Amino acid sequence: MSLLTHLINGISLGSIYAIIALGYTMVYGIAKMLNFAHGDVIMVGGYMCFCATTYLGWPPIAGVLLAVVVCTALGVVIERLAYKPLRMAPALAVLITAIGVSYFLQNAALLIWGSSTKSFSSVVTGDPIQLFGGQLTITRVTIVTIVACVVIMVALTLFTGKTKMGTAMRAVSEDKGAAQLMGINVNTTISLTFAIGSGLAAIAGVLLCSAYPTLLPTTGSMPGIKAFTAAVFGGIGSIPGALLGGILLGVIEIFAKAYISTQLSDAIVFAVLIIVLLVKPDGLLGKRVSEKV
Amino acid sequence: MNKLKKYASTRSGRDTLLSFGIVIVAFIVVQTLVLTGSLSSSMKGLLVPICSYIIMAVSLNLTVGILGELSLGHAGFMSVGAFAGIVVTTSLADTVPSGTVRLILAIIVGAICAAIAGVIVGVPVLRLKGDYLAIVTLAFGEIIKNIINVLYVGKDASGLHFSILEQKFELAEGGKMIINGPMGVSGVSKLSSFTAGFVLILITLFIILNLINSRAGRAIMSVRDNKIAADSIGISTTHYKLMAFVISAAFAGMAGALYAMNYSTITAAKFDFNTSILILVFVVLGGLGNIWGSIIAATLLTLLPELLRAVNTYRMLIYAILLIAMMLFNNSSLKQRLLEKRGMKQMRKLEQQEKGGA
Amino acid sequence: MKKSLSMLLAGMMLVGTLAGCGGNTASTDNAGSEDGSTASGAAFKIGGTSPLTGDAAIYGNAVKRGAEIAAEEINAKGGVQIELKFEDDENNTEKAVNAYNTLKDWGMQLSLGSVTSKPCEAISTDLNADRIFALTPSASSVATTEGKDNVFQMCFADPNQGTASAEYIADQKLGTKIAIIWKNDDVYSTGIHDKFVAEAEVKGLEIVSDTTFTDASATDFSVQLNDAKDKGADLVFLPMYYTPASLILTQANAMGYAPKFFGVDGMDGILTVENFDKSLAEGVMLLTPFNADATDDKTVAFVTKYKELYGEVPNQFAADAYDCVYAYAQALEAAEVTPDMSAEELCTAMIEQFTSMTFNGLTGENMTWDTTGAVSKSPKGMVIENGAYVGM
Repeated sequence: MSLLTHLINGISLGSIYAIIALGYTMVYGIAKMLNFAHGDVIMVGGYMCFCATTYLGWPPIAGVLLAVVVCTALGVVIERLAYKPLRMAPALAVLITAIGVSYFLQNAALLIWGSSTKSFSSVVTGDPIQLFGGQLTITRVTIVTIVACVVIMVALTLFTGKTKMGTAMRAVSEDKGAAQLMGINVNTTISLTFAIGSGLAAIAGVLLCSAYPTLLPTTGSMPGIKAFTAAVFGGIGSIPGALLGGILLGVIEIFAKAYISTQLSDAIVFAVLIIVLLVKPDGLLGKRVSEKV
Repeated sequence: MNKLKKYASTRSGRDTLLSFGIVIVAFIVVQTLVLTGSLSSSMKGLLVPICSYIIMAVSLNLTVGILGELSLGHAGFMSVGAFAGIVVTTSLADTVPSGTVRLILAIIVGAICAAIAGVIVGVPVLRLKGDYLAIVTLAFGEIIKNIINVLYVGKDASGLHFSILEQKFELAEGGKMIINGPMGVSGVSKLSSFTAGFVLILITLFIILNLINSRAGRAIMSVRDNKIAADSIGISTTHYKLMAFVISAAFAGMAGALYAMNYSTITAAKFDFNTSILILVFVVLGGLGNIWGSIIAATLLTLLPELLRAVNTYRMLIYAILLIAMMLFNNSSLKQRLLEKRGMKQMRKLEQQEKGGA
Repeated sequence: MKKSLSMLLAGMMLVGTLAGCGGNTASTDNAGSEDGSTASGAAFKIGGTSPLTGDAAIYGNAVKRGAEIAAEEINAKGGVQIELKFEDDENNTEKAVNAYNTLKDWGMQLSLGSVTSKPCEAISTDLNADRIFALTPSASSVATTEGKDNVFQMCFADPNQGTASAEYIADQKLGTKIAIIWKNDDVYSTGIHDKFVAEAEVKGLEIVSDTTFTDASATDFSVQLNDAKDKGADLVFLPMYYTPASLILTQANAMGYAPKFFGVDGMDGILTVENFDKSLAEGVMLLTPFNADATDDKTVAFVTKYKELYGEVPNQFAADAYDCVYAYAQALEAAEVTPDMSAEELCTAMIEQFTSMTFNGLTGENMTWDTTGAVSKSPKGMVIENGAYVGM
């Protein structure tokens, strides 16, 4: 039974990683950049929802909506101001700029909301579900997170696969120049990608804080790095890969803690990641890109 | 003199002279300031960390700029060097009385240990490409941090004792813990000095610049520019990749030892992902493959937060804005235009000279 | 050519920043008097490094605020005058040394050390070498004061807390099967854990579960809690700060596990977490020297003022810092020193005063210091009942 408990806890933690990783992978897949500020957009989403529900007394759903709207706008603004001027620059320059944006968001949050911990009231209420006569409990946040993950994954897959805008995104991701020649507005497409990615970050932020209810200016950074790892694990750029990578990372982390050592769990998680990448160098579901001469 | 002029007219020659020039001039200026007592203690305190960051940045530039592989775990090697160095200096405290000798030994051992770590990490890592390689270096950086965090090293009359996870050994009377697991190291004697840092930078520059301008360096760059072409002309890409990576790790180890000896206490948590990123920022801001650029960027960005202390709470916010602004400027059309203008001027000058000559 | 231009630009920036540094020393005095309090001509310059940004900012800001309130009160009285200045150290040893050097340039005569343990260890070596007296409000590791005759602590040293907690649990028979969850990349947590385990053995307490977490894994505690639950622990010892502790309480509640929870002084502040469901902390026990709900005049006055200024209840860090400044005022007065004396002269005078004086503050009555710099005061056992601390 304890195995099952750990498995459930792992999936619960993993689904949080997965939902963050979906945003990462979306932006990476289309804009081909590692948006290190993603974790901090998540933090902003958390604070927005917290302010709406605690200070303004809004219902949770309105809080979530506010978070999504603010983060989407924030994502577009960041893209316009910081990333767009670097469209032609080397990928590393964009990476460093993203790190700058991440520092900026953290320190702005510190000035706005102060340094003290805030306790987030979960947007998902209700008693946990008891199975097998109380031996196994699943919190409602976990269920909501998993459902949200799957819904977002399916929606994103359909969106990129079936709609016109989605096709444009894929075209931009394949070849920016050719896409432009085909009459696709590359800038709008990339802005839209950031809007979607940041909107997802808001949802991820709300769910992260609902499951682990402390809110600090640095709340997003560590889950952000973990989710980045998860996205690479699953094959960065692959939407189902992000889900798979996130869940697996969560399960491995919990199992490593439970059955090997809590002191070495971080090392074990990363060791598994390395081994997987050595066997499958493009992640679990990543696209194999053949080398061109 | 003519020979020097000719050397300076080549690109690599100019870069080499420039790098050494900056460092030597900076050293003389700072030493004069120190001797005349006009340097504030906060600036004096920054000298050794700046030296170690310069070495870190130059060594990472070898991996990122010259070899062309993104590494997000460079602080891990710094950590290995730092702790190895501390074990050496602390355990030799009784047998070798001279601080300088102990520092040199610590730096050498730090470099060797970091190089060994570099081989262990490099062999699997360099089989991967691009962002996957980056994430695996990040993973190794975290693993190194995690393992040093549970490492216990003690010393008594019968020698050194090691254990992992918990202190499994008992020290005899008069023994001393060197690395105490998560508590890290305390009470290190400060051996580093600005002069030591300066000498170490010169050695680093000498070796790395010579490497870049050698046959091996050209082979490494060919791997960066086109791996398949390099393969096809018989360059062993794996060999040269590993070579660059390990040399880079060794210098990071040296920097780590230098850094650690400047503080009386150090923990594994210091050498985390954020430190790796910090070094990467130096390299990218200074320009990939540009050694003297790394030197200036490392100095500038280490000084910047200190100089911003006057604005107190807004300090890190302004630092972030300046970082973004510098990146944008470095890649902006404004800079392009300025460069073009300058280029035109130079061209005209050249044309005139030619006319004059003819 | 491109390169030489960018070099030129970089060079210009470097010159610019260095020029800025020249101006910097002049401007710091202004900054000091702004966040310090009224700086009349003859004031003692007291400086401290504290994490004002980054993940430990919560403790750094509390210390800064507590100290500032005390300085203001003391200056208003008109006796000893104090000028305070805090520099940000981001809870990072390297930055702490930089911050310390900046304070030295400012002309610091007395130091408040650092807020957190590792940075304080790093600067205490320098404090010792430079002969500047230090009284740290909250850096509790032993290495902070070890071998330094001029570094003193206002808080309990870590081993004392670990030993005292184990003794308390055994003497009061609070539990027999103990689980410990501690943060193994943190000096504070590790220090208390090690001494607790040693003392528990002496006292015959059985430790059934001993699990850890790090910064990277400080979100999910299900494994640690399940381990404690499966092994039947009836008391969980949490030597950590309150942010992770609040998560542990929430998660234990969610899985329906309700042992006794026992914390140390870092746990203090859990009730001040904004929007925290206080019912989760019901029955949590902790050893702390400060109780914001105490009804004595001193505490009430301090808490009211702090709330007025910053809109939150002060925690033990703020109280320790407040006490530090008052202890300085008392010692300075007794030693009959003047602000124009050098740091070294003050250092000798302060060592003499602190090893001989008795001090009454918010965090304890009749505090004394021994020559190692450790404070002797008795921790109060507190239990949270109906959302407030009640003495045990």
